[in-house]
Amino acid sequence: MSAVDAVVAPLISAEQRKQARSVGFTLVVLGIVAAFVLGNRPGDAGFKLVDSYIFVIPAQPFARILALVLIALGAAQLLKGFGKWTNVVLGIAAATFVISFLAWAASGGSFSFTGMLQDTVTRSVPIILGAIAGIVCERSGIINIAIEGQLLGSAFAGAVVGSLFGPWAGILGAIAMGVALSAILAVFSIRYRVDQVIVGFAINFFALGLTSFLAARVLTEHPDYNILSPLRPIALPLLSDIPVIGVVLFTQTLFVYFAYMAVAIATWSLYHTKWGLRTRAIGEYPKAAGTLGVDVIKLRYRNVLIAGAVAGVGGAWWPIGMVGRFDQNITNGRGFIALAAVIFGRWHPVGALSAALVFGLAEAIQLKMSNLDTGIPSEFLLMAPYLVTLVVVAGFVGRSRGPKAAGQPYDAQ
Amino acid sequence: MQLELRGITKRFPGVTANDNVNLTLKTGEVLCLIGENGAGKSTLMNVLYGMYKPDEGQIVLDGESVVFTSPADAIAAGIGMLHQHFMLVPVFTVAENVVLGVEPTGRLGSLDIDKAREMVREVSDRYNLNLDPDAIIEDLPVGVQQRVEIVKVLLRDAKVVVFDEPTAVLTPKEIIEFFEIVKTLIAAGRGVVFITHKLKEALNVADRIAVLRRGQVVGEVNPKAASESQIAEMMVGRPVQLIVDKKPHAPGEVVLEVKDLSVVDADGRTMVDHVSFNVRAGEVVGIAGVQGNGQTELVDALTGLRNSTRGSVALDRQDITSASPRVRHAKGIAHIPEDRQRQGLVGGLSVAENLVLTRYHDEEFSNGIIMDWPAAHHAAENLIAEYDVRTPSPDVEASTLSGGNQQKVIVARELSRPLRLSIAAQPTRGVDVGSIEYIHSRIIKERDTGTAVLIVSTELDEVMALSDRLLVMYRGKIVADLDPKVTSAMDVGLYMAGSRPSNTVNA
Amino acid sequence: MKIVVTLRKIAERIARTSSFRLTLLAVLSAMVVGAFIIVLSDINKLQNGDILGAIKTVGSAYWALVIGSVGSLRAISATINSATPLILCGVSVAVAFKAGLFNIGATGQMLAGGMAALWVGFAMDGPGFVQVPLAVLAGALGGAAYGAIPGILKARTGAHEVITTIMLNNMAGFLVLWLLKTNLYQREDRTDPISKLVTAPGHLPRLFGFMDNRPDLIAHAGFVVAILAVIVYSWFLNRSTTGFEFRAFGMNADAAQYAGMHTKRLTVMAMMFAGGFAGLAGSAEVLGTYGYASQNFAGNIGYDAIAIALLGRSTPLGTLFAALLFGALQAGGRQMQANTDVPIDLIVVLRALIVMFIAAPLLIKAIWRIKVEPTSLGQAFRGQGS
Repeated sequence: MSAVDAVVAPLISAEQRKQARSVGFTLVVLGIVAAFVLGNRPGDAGFKLVDSYIFVIPAQPFARILALVLIALGAAQLLKGFGKWTNVVLGIAAATFVISFLAWAASGGSFSFTGMLQDTVTRSVPIILGAIAGIVCERSGIINIAIEGQLLGSAFAGAVVGSLFGPWAGILGAIAMGVALSAILAVFSIRYRVDQVIVGFAINFFALGLTSFLAARVLTEHPDYNILSPLRPIALPLLSDIPVIGVVLFTQTLFVYFAYMAVAIATWSLYHTKWGLRTRAIGEYPKAAGTLGVDVIKLRYRNVLIAGAVAGVGGAWWPIGMVGRFDQNITNGRGFIALAAVIFGRWHPVGALSAALVFGLAEAIQLKMSNLDTGIPSEFLLMAPYLVTLVVVAGFVGRSRGPKAAGQPYDAQ
Repeated sequence: MQLELRGITKRFPGVTANDNVNLTLKTGEVLCLIGENGAGKSTLMNVLYGMYKPDEGQIVLDGESVVFTSPADAIAAGIGMLHQHFMLVPVFTVAENVVLGVEPTGRLGSLDIDKAREMVREVSDRYNLNLDPDAIIEDLPVGVQQRVEIVKVLLRDAKVVVFDEPTAVLTPKEIIEFFEIVKTLIAAGRGVVFITHKLKEALNVADRIAVLRRGQVVGEVNPKAASESQIAEMMVGRPVQLIVDKKPHAPGEVVLEVKDLSVVDADGRTMVDHVSFNVRAGEVVGIAGVQGNGQTELVDALTGLRNSTRGSVALDRQDITSASPRVRHAKGIAHIPEDRQRQGLVGGLSVAENLVLTRYHDEEFSNGIIMDWPAAHHAAENLIAEYDVRTPSPDVEASTLSGGNQQKVIVARELSRPLRLSIAAQPTRGVDVGSIEYIHSRIIKERDTGTAVLIVSTELDEVMALSDRLLVMYRGKIVADLDPKVTSAMDVGLYMAGSRPSNTVNA
Repeated sequence: MKIVVTLRKIAERIARTSSFRLTLLAVLSAMVVGAFIIVLSDINKLQNGDILGAIKTVGSAYWALVIGSVGSLRAISATINSATPLILCGVSVAVAFKAGLFNIGATGQMLAGGMAALWVGFAMDGPGFVQVPLAVLAGALGGAAYGAIPGILKARTGAHEVITTIMLNNMAGFLVLWLLKTNLYQREDRTDPISKLVTAPGHLPRLFGFMDNRPDLIAHAGFVVAILAVIVYSWFLNRSTTGFEFRAFGMNADAAQYAGMHTKRLTVMAMMFAGGFAGLAGSAEVLGTYGYASQNFAGNIGYDAIAIALLGRSTPLGTLFAALLFGALQAGGRQMQANTDVPIDLIVVLRALIVMFIAAPLLIKAIWRIKVEPTSLGQAFRGQGS
């Protein structure tokens, strides 16, 4: 052995190197965009935080400074890397970029920043709850592509039952519908061992068809079955008095508070309870649990039904938490976005929450953008969140691995 | 506790896996259940463990007939099982795996993980198993994983412990340690059922040996009064040749030359560490080693399935370090992969299609764009006849074939063309004795025609018997280059475990 | 003569396989459930106690379904017209399935292909025998290019195609909306997003164009393209080396890699082929059915295609028949909506139920108490991870 061989550089795998590189490139690209796009509109942008205070950002200088910083950070990442701080750097860079983007869009005017953040939280509710439903299923080894159908079906049930018997009954009705659709998924995939993706898709079609059919056949003739007054936001005492944050997080409807709770409970249960240990076991390696006497089939049934109930609340958000009625295909693909949030968030409730908030932010920005004149076609702004998701999934999430046994029917024998 | 199986019969569509099996196990004894792959050993144990419901017969515990409808029943009755494939969740910690199903809980059903750690430590200390409750399973060597399985069983207070092929994945040293653990269990008044197909071990550890063939118990023997060949004949039903018949080898020019090769896996771990060796024409070089010491990665790098981070590979003095699998194939390298289900075959394709899986682009079978299926079919029929593949037709799905016949399909495909180098990884894993004999003779025949042969196997007996030269791999390095004719299995075993025999013959 | 013999052979094979019986029973089961839905949603009649009337509606609705799909030449033409893009998108999803990939992106690929075909359609003015093939080709290429994106992303970074294709669908929708407002595409006298008209020689010829005074027979040569696509798909899958690679890769990616197949290239190719077929569907709609493009000319076809490919088990013939069945339901559904007060959305429910029943042979067996060989649809794709 020569002395040269003794000095061995720490080896990192090609995968890790690639990931680090893509982070660096992303920072540089963001920097270039900041320099050439976001830096091209002079004027101050007003971010209205509270009624009496508007925070003013000079759009052009802000973007130019940001551009320099981003390119520098990107170069540093490419040359040396931030190691374990990479994600933190990237997160702060992305957040600042979004602010610069908003400043660019609003330059020469002002808009309610707090309102936008509040919208973000509100609109992420069905995505959060849908994603939790997905996580609970997939962690137990059942792929749930049917989130969209569960949301849509329970939105319909929530609207009709809510119109007839009041919002609380409506929520119960929505939960019942979510559980019923989940039961179809459970029976077909567990009992009849049908490919879970097939059943999932069939349930989506079934829910879309049935709700559209009933909306056209029943609700058009009986408009009184489809009108209710949605729940009003409740300001939590003390917490809602915190400036900005109080409005954004704690002056919301019960749905938002339920979503917070769902994330907290799901996280705690999955990682700190007997149920969670068994659930994760049957999603990873059901036979290991089965040979230790855990009833895999029963636990899978139970979890899929729980997921249906959670999705049911998510579906009820549309009629009872937001618009007060049901419209054909009112969910408009949010279930699929929730599915993306599951994968994006690496099958972890908190990860899914973050992903859902990103999608919620995108929706909120879209709402605001339609009021602002930015000079570039609105379609491109509307497209941006999907493009961002594409870039993020391709660049950073990559080959994320779900629960190993997801999609495989369990054979007790 | 006395355990009796009375007249157990279990049928599957088309086969009777267990046919009127009677067995008895007393406290404090080791009963060895021996038989070929597919003889029905595992089925029988799954019946005992409540995973299969027997079609006939009963299980009797201390004179009382019991019915197990699930593993939970069997566990409650004091039966513990270590499955051949470990029943461990790879991403869980030791403690999490051990308490799964009997979780200690605190308030609100929360998991008391401290208590779980305590439980693992306690059992681990009592039986001297030396386990870290917080280690993640997938980071542990198989020998340690097996100890986790043992703790699982002990924690559930099993009176009867069933070991299904427990030594298949262990080093000779770990096997010795394992037998020590078995003795401790016996001393603690537990009964042990030991399932194996390895004759030496059965003779070594058992108080009684029951031989299973085609689902039936064909006899019980006393290990003190029986010989290996006697039992082998009972297992197979005919006299068996236990040694590979081969002429002395005549090595020619160097065909494969590996220089200073290193391979890093996806997690950044160095799996192959500065490895250099040669294989000559007409020579069988064996690589022995415990599973997971870099053999898989080495073979992947030699066949082009994985990039190396350093070093070079040359075939007939031509550098092929970065050649694709396709190019290597064209240069005359055959590859019998270690996992036939995962890599070697496409179960959903027909036998004929599998027989051209690596060769469909050859002139013989296609013009590059259009397949010549009649030609492929014709070739398949010939290969099926030549290699004695038992299949109803070339058109049935490969997944319907038995393990031995699937392996013959792969061997037929890989060896049925002019070759320079043949790489075979675990060529006889999970294959019946008849097929093993056949595959071994094929490999030796290939050597005799002047092909360089590289065999990678964790079955020490197999590499010792086949190889003309034996390399031992440990933690990614080649730690020994031995002549199998003058080296004892014990010494090879020591190298496999990372130590060195005191009276080194050659190294 | 040879064709007749082949057709007879195919017919025999279909009749012999249990999957044919299974499909019939699944359709029947779906119709029974559908009948319940029709009756139970007939609130007015039920409130008046007119149960018999509600049941009568079922009869007339189903009768309209039959009449509207195969009851006349006009109905058959409508069925063919509806089935055309479904066949093409069905093949799109099927070819990806065969390679183990889940193409949810047929909608986006259809939009991309349709816009490409449309450009040739209005930019040229004959001669037809040049313009039409050129436009159709442009459609295929446009779809293939758009399909290549998720393929390349998957091959290079491992990004899951389920996510990327959904995102690309949404993006395609906005891209089309933007394009339809540009000077290039927008019709001169319009302010809403609607495209220029395809010039007269650029239209796909009408199938029944030889019949006088029958402008109601709307089926066009896109159907011929679709049938050709099925034949090409079948040939590709069973005769070509790449088709063999697709099948091996789709069933066992590790084995494909072991066998020296370029799995990354296969991933990109599979998505490109899928995109190409979907692009053809887009051009058929634009050049044959509409003659222009509006914002949402792809509709739900890309999603229906998933059900079709699943139903047809991704085989060429299976996909063709499944698409024809769905097309017939579509055409019949319009008649049903016109004749009765039963909305066309019922057919979405029926389609979902058919897929579910087909996928669960054990259930069908239990319901009808018969012996059906347990043919399973198998794993559709390789899970979500990896």
